[in-house]
Amino acid sequence: MAELAIQLGVVLAYLLVALIIGVIAYRVTTNAAEDYYLADRSIGTIVLLFTTFATLLSAFTFFGGPNIAYAQGPEWILVMGVMDGVLFAILWYLIGYKQWLIGQKHGYVTLGEMLGDRFGSETLRGLVALISLFWLFPYVMLQQMGAGEALTGLSNGVIPYWAGAALITLFMILYVVIAGMRGVAWTDTIQGLFMLSVTWIAVVWVLVAVGGIGVINSGLSSSNPEFLALGSDFYTPAYIISTAVVIAFGVTMFPQINQRFFVAKSDRVLKRSFTLWPVLVLLLFVPTFLLGTWAAGLDITVPEGANVLPVLLNEYTPVWFAALVIAGAMAAMMSSSDSMLLSGSSYFMRDLYKPFVTPDVSESREATLARIGVAVFATLAFFASLTRPGTLIEVGNTAFGGFAQLTLPVMIALYWGGVTRDGMFAGLVGGQLLYLSHVFVPTVTVDVAGMTLPLFARAYAGWDVALPAMVVGAVLVVTVSYATAPAPTEEHDRFVVSAD
Amino acid sequence: MADRIVDVLWVVAFALLTVFSVPWFLWGDGTVVAGLPAWLWWHIGWMVVATALFWQFTKRAWDRGMGVTNG
Repeated sequence: MAELAIQLGVVLAYLLVALIIGVIAYRVTTNAAEDYYLADRSIGTIVLLFTTFATLLSAFTFFGGPNIAYAQGPEWILVMGVMDGVLFAILWYLIGYKQWLIGQKHGYVTLGEMLGDRFGSETLRGLVALISLFWLFPYVMLQQMGAGEALTGLSNGVIPYWAGAALITLFMILYVVIAGMRGVAWTDTIQGLFMLSVTWIAVVWVLVAVGGIGVINSGLSSSNPEFLALGSDFYTPAYIISTAVVIAFGVTMFPQINQRFFVAKSDRVLKRSFTLWPVLVLLLFVPTFLLGTWAAGLDITVPEGANVLPVLLNEYTPVWFAALVIAGAMAAMMSSSDSMLLSGSSYFMRDLYKPFVTPDVSESREATLARIGVAVFATLAFFASLTRPGTLIEVGNTAFGGFAQLTLPVMIALYWGGVTRDGMFAGLVGGQLLYLSHVFVPTVTVDVAGMTLPLFARAYAGWDVALPAMVVGAVLVVTVSYATAPAPTEEHDRFVVSAD
Repeated sequence: MADRIVDVLWVVAFALLTVFSVPWFLWGDGTVVAGLPAWLWWHIGWMVVATALFWQFTKRAWDRGMGVTNG
């Protein structure tokens, strides 16, 4: 009972402190919409690096990752390396820097705004925002599921799943409604540094408590002898490649990441973040995923529906420390969810509400509507998270796969002036429909020429269906663009940046 | 002309960086060095290599790659 009081006390106190810091940050900002969304377009290197880094500080990293390392071995570290350390960094340059250059010239704030202006189509603008908001929904759910499962694990089942999910939802809404983006950018930085530190302290603590890595490895060699060898029936080359490619491409179209491409103060900020990226990935993912793997070698039993990380920490570190790590993770998740929700509300107001509902909305009314939108979105995601449609990794992958369907059409449009409006619509709608049908239509098998083939499966021969769907979208953009003429309202020189 | 060759080299370097982020030649290998699998050490070293390569890229080719002359 005393343990539960300490756990709850630490978690609640931490979340409250994070909220108060957010409110203080709010006091030094104004209420104008531009400021609320983008912190005045004046984000410096460390803050940009950490607000982008903070989007990695999600339930996926802290809980989903260790869970999968516990169940299947540590190879996810490599998936993260290819995906986040290398591919995402390259896309950061190819998409991010290009968008930054275009944004500097024309003052865009959202992806939909940029595309809508280039192709002279408000419908395209709205469609891009709608697709983004659709896939943002499961990613917010993921944070709520992660928090629910974390508190269940920490309290050994005493705190029910729904209570943890509800707690983080409440704080998300309070935080974003009171604080806005300046608060988010600030606290992202503090929380990112805090979580990096406590994660490494946790690694050392566990190592000392169990008597060294030799003990863990000999435990692993009897419990899961296949874990330390590279590759397995689960981690096939097809799985590693398709997961890494889909997620890396998907991440660039996340509203909160994509908007960061427009906000950097100077290109030096983008360059430095790009350079430091692989090292940050290394510092964060190696310890978290190793902790999950070690739990398997230490014979940790995880209760049904709980995350492995809190259970491991409870076993080998003091109650308060385990609670502090989980609280820090939850606060970081809250903070990054807020970046998502804020970007989502910016997409909603700028690209859907203003163009299609009321164009001349006052600034204060816009800020109010944005806050209401965030509260409604987070509440709906909370109710959906109660159905627990899959594991954290599965829900995360589904969301990334949806965003990834935007990436290739956008990239082609950024670099090839020959893309037409029809081509853009064909690629976006085609890729989405193909992927959506595979997510929502149950798998059926058909017999063709004596072979049994699956249809509407999430993976074919081990390859995530999101990858072929991306290819189909890209092919549609190119072929339809060749077959159609540009619409009169298109401005195909909008994305040319080399003229200056 | 020289710029063009350098551009091709950058593309090749990024391609190699991506492909060997996973040490395919260690597939199925479970050798443990200093407590961690050899392939994990590869990953750690590779991320440092990636940062070094990215740093050089920002100094040498960042703006030329986009065809702009920016500060």
